[in-house]
Amino acid sequence: MDKPVNNRAWLLVLPVLILVAFSAVLPLMTVVNYSVQDTFGGNQFFWAGLEWFEETLSSDRVRAALGRQIMFSAIILAIEIPLGIFIALNMPKRGFWASFCLVLMALPLLIPWNVVGTIWQVFGRVDIGLLGHTLKAMGIDYNYVNDAVDAWITIVVMDVWHWTSLVALLCYAGLQSIPDAYYQAARIDQASRWKVFRYIELPKMQGVLLIAVLLRFMDSFMIYTEPFVVTGGGPGNATTFLSIDLVKMAVGQFDLGPAAAFSLIYFLVILLVSFVFYTAMTKEGETL
Amino acid sequence: MAAVAESKGRGSALVMALYLLFLMLPIYWLLTMSLKTNQEILGVFSLWPQNPTLDNYRTILTDPSWYMGYVNSLIYVVMNTVISITVALPAAYAFSRYRFMGDKHLFFWLLTNRMAPPAVFALPFFQLYSSIGLFDTHIAVALAHCLFNVPLAVWILEGFMSGVPREIDETAYVDGYSFPRFFIRIFMPLIASGIGVAAFFCFMFSWVELLLSRTLTSVNAKPIAATMTRTVSASGLDWGVLAAAGMLTIIPGALVIWFVRNYIAKGFALGRV
Repeated sequence: MDKPVNNRAWLLVLPVLILVAFSAVLPLMTVVNYSVQDTFGGNQFFWAGLEWFEETLSSDRVRAALGRQIMFSAIILAIEIPLGIFIALNMPKRGFWASFCLVLMALPLLIPWNVVGTIWQVFGRVDIGLLGHTLKAMGIDYNYVNDAVDAWITIVVMDVWHWTSLVALLCYAGLQSIPDAYYQAARIDQASRWKVFRYIELPKMQGVLLIAVLLRFMDSFMIYTEPFVVTGGGPGNATTFLSIDLVKMAVGQFDLGPAAAFSLIYFLVILLVSFVFYTAMTKEGETL
Repeated sequence: MAAVAESKGRGSALVMALYLLFLMLPIYWLLTMSLKTNQEILGVFSLWPQNPTLDNYRTILTDPSWYMGYVNSLIYVVMNTVISITVALPAAYAFSRYRFMGDKHLFFWLLTNRMAPPAVFALPFFQLYSSIGLFDTHIAVALAHCLFNVPLAVWILEGFMSGVPREIDETAYVDGYSFPRFFIRIFMPLIASGIGVAAFFCFMFSWVELLLSRTLTSVNAKPIAATMTRTVSASGLDWGVLAAAGMLTIIPGALVIWFVRNYIAKGFALGRV
């Protein structure tokens, strides 16, 4: 694809540029501004240099939150990506049942995030929730309010419930684009089910899988509302992820300097990882 | 061969049935709770409501402090969708048709905004919109949500537009169409499904977002999701009403899905399949 060079195309991009500059660059500059200053209240600010960055990077609390965050994202990706592929392979290809599955599967994606939290908070409660009550009746000691492991399991299952469909729908879209001729060729060669998957379906899904990994990584790394509603970051700090910690710091304690430094580091981490994925994705797009 | 296909079909049906059951159970539980009274929720454990009642829904639909939450949410979601699509259309056209100075960097920079954690932006947004007098208005939330919806809309639309052969543009220009007339009369109908999908995504991400919309509103533009959290803590956990409010937030999403069901799969691949 050789597109003509035309610098007047900038005019077409201009509205987006102005809008995003207003809603992203301006606030981000505020954050940068706070991150290098300190205040004793009022509107008196003075230069603090990189103090806040050093403090954030050496803070045990932030490091612990970062560790939990990385672990959470890793678990989420490890469960949702294979499960999503598996579901996509089992979806009906066309007809009424395909639409039926699509609509039901997309449903969790359109529920406001705090309602997702509320649903699982209620569902897991030992006294009035179906899940909690059933587990208790089976003699399993389950209580996400007091037990850190149970809280983790609840949040991971909730996220799987919430987002696996996104991965599945993406993979489904990838599978739909494979022409029947490929499968016929495989049948003539008497390829096994595994070989069909490995050499036909997986390569064709590569592009959408990268989008899935990218989206799931970004969103799981910024997760805030759902665990906040279910556990409020507890018990103790067991489910305090980066965003929860950040909001506590910025809005709860109003520690603007450290919170701003924290924000920038947080943003940079996401940016870095996403850039790696994005580069891999566009490279792959060029070789196709 | 047919036998093999059939056995695969049965196994698949079982997998799908189990998965859909897993998806629907929590929603079903919310639904039954919304049809029960509080005494029944806390008193007896039953799989379905013993005395179904619509009182919880009545509470919400007759109390302005409840139902205005839905109206507010819908207003800013629709505003956001319109703004996002309007500015994203020309930009996506530029990205899909031309090369220009810094285009690749610009495209990635746009995407980085989709990666920005809302938690990072909550406080600066609050200060920005307070200082220009837009705090607690619908437009403030709509503009704030542009942060992640505009890049996404550009991304999706660019994917769909790249699927339209460039010869069509050239033929139209040769026929004497001006750019705006060509864009509206010929090009937009061609990518109608792409616009629909992009609008769906803008609607979805603006509808489900809570952190920013809650930070930027207090009374007049308060979204339903925020109304839920506050009322719950104030009135001592009114489970039935909470469940009914939750059920009502699912309905707009379900309606939207129904309308775009044939494009969902393609849309989720951001037009890139």
